[in-house]
Amino acid sequence: MTPPPRAARLTAPVPAAAPTPALTIDALGKKCPIPIIMLADRIRDVQVGQLIAVLADDPAAKTDLPAWCALKSQDFVQMEDLAAGWSFLVRRSY
Amino acid sequence: MAYFDAASAEPLHPQAREALLTALADGWADPARLHREGRRARLLLDQARESVAGLLGCRADELSFTTSGTQAVQLAVLGVVQARQSASRGPGHLVTSAVEHSSVLDAADWLARRTGTTVTTTGVDRLGRADLAEFTAALQPGRTLVACLQTANHEVGTLQPVAQAAAECADRQVPLLVDAAASAGRLPIPAGWSVLAASAHKWGGPAGVGLLAVRKGTRWREPLPAGDRENHRVPGYPDVPAVLAAAAALTAMDRERDASGGALRALTSRLRAAVPELIGDTVVHGDPDDRLAHVVTFSCLYVDGEALVTELDKAGFSVSSGSACVSDTRQPSHVLAAMGVLTHGNVRVSLPRTATPESIEEFLTVLPPIVARVRDTVRAANSS
Repeated sequence: MTPPPRAARLTAPVPAAAPTPALTIDALGKKCPIPIIMLADRIRDVQVGQLIAVLADDPAAKTDLPAWCALKSQDFVQMEDLAAGWSFLVRRSY
Repeated sequence: MAYFDAASAEPLHPQAREALLTALADGWADPARLHREGRRARLLLDQARESVAGLLGCRADELSFTTSGTQAVQLAVLGVVQARQSASRGPGHLVTSAVEHSSVLDAADWLARRTGTTVTTTGVDRLGRADLAEFTAALQPGRTLVACLQTANHEVGTLQPVAQAAAECADRQVPLLVDAAASAGRLPIPAGWSVLAASAHKWGGPAGVGLLAVRKGTRWREPLPAGDRENHRVPGYPDVPAVLAAAAALTAMDRERDASGGALRALTSRLRAAVPELIGDTVVHGDPDDRLAHVVTFSCLYVDGEALVTELDKAGFSVSSGSACVSDTRQPSHVLAAMGVLTHGNVRVSLPRTATPESIEEFLTVLPPIVARVRDTVRAANSS
């Protein structure tokens, strides 16, 4: 498991409604398709219904994370701005 | 081995090559001069203009030759906007779809920065088709100086609802710029445009020739000092031999359209069906039916687009890609991003008129192992 302090430090303030991810994948500094590969490799590390946060700063991730979720019928929850890059929240749906 | 990047440049049509060689001998002089060499060049240029205008469905005096498709787009956008801005409408407003060629988006962005023109960029669906309702709703009668829509998308091949957009624009008295670069020579030009732009190297003419057509009654003012050439629209006189070659290629493509379009459509249909069958986690983009016959674009999950293009090149296949790592700007294709589809592992196959079923089958043989190999390499590099 990723140590929570690092994730907490990197993630922008979470809106009150957004629950805490069960797993955070740090793909900052990685070019696409690496963030997608990391997500695909690790989505089964959480329970169905749980959330994964993917931190990435490659601009292609903004299109590719939601597109991957649509292709794989996973639930894309939201994208938040970080100081550098974005945090993408995905719910494992099956 | 095959060249599959006709959407970037169609190989010079044999008729264009022949016309070019003849015209280099006969049409090299300045067509504005009154001596015999000048008159001969003028005659050839006028013939080329007549034949291209006939194929586009416009009058010869509405048509000017430019030095590129990009220059045609720039003169089209700036000329209409500046003519209408000067009629005391102020900096005004421009509407464009999100999947236009970068030359259109760059011209809009330039106007926004230089003259304060407001730009509304309207969306597309997952197939890349412009949302006609959103496009129409963005038109502001009396304020919108020009609206821009392509005939077909250059990256995914989806045809755009130009005739309907033209009717909506006409109702609101907004001039419509139609960028026909992706389809000219391959499909008839849809009716209703106010200004038209196209590029000869996309239909088998030489590079360095673009088309700018301005309909009678459309307000247009030269954005650059143009002198008396090309109906006062384009600086400098055109490359007469290249223009003749472009006209010859357009004429030939138009004549061959039914035969070659049908053959190319069968080949791209084969690719559209076979690629996702042979390679797991692959998506084919664009409209399956309402599309250009020669273009097919797909994305393979978990693949680096640059590696794919490089490996295909080594295997003898020249393709292009909208993936970020292949672009000049390191940004993913704005077309794929606007469609909301996968931008990595992207390949655009665009078939020249000479593409054969054998070359398609060979491509389908080499592609799956290349994708598998690139997937392994990317994964290994990530886990090490």
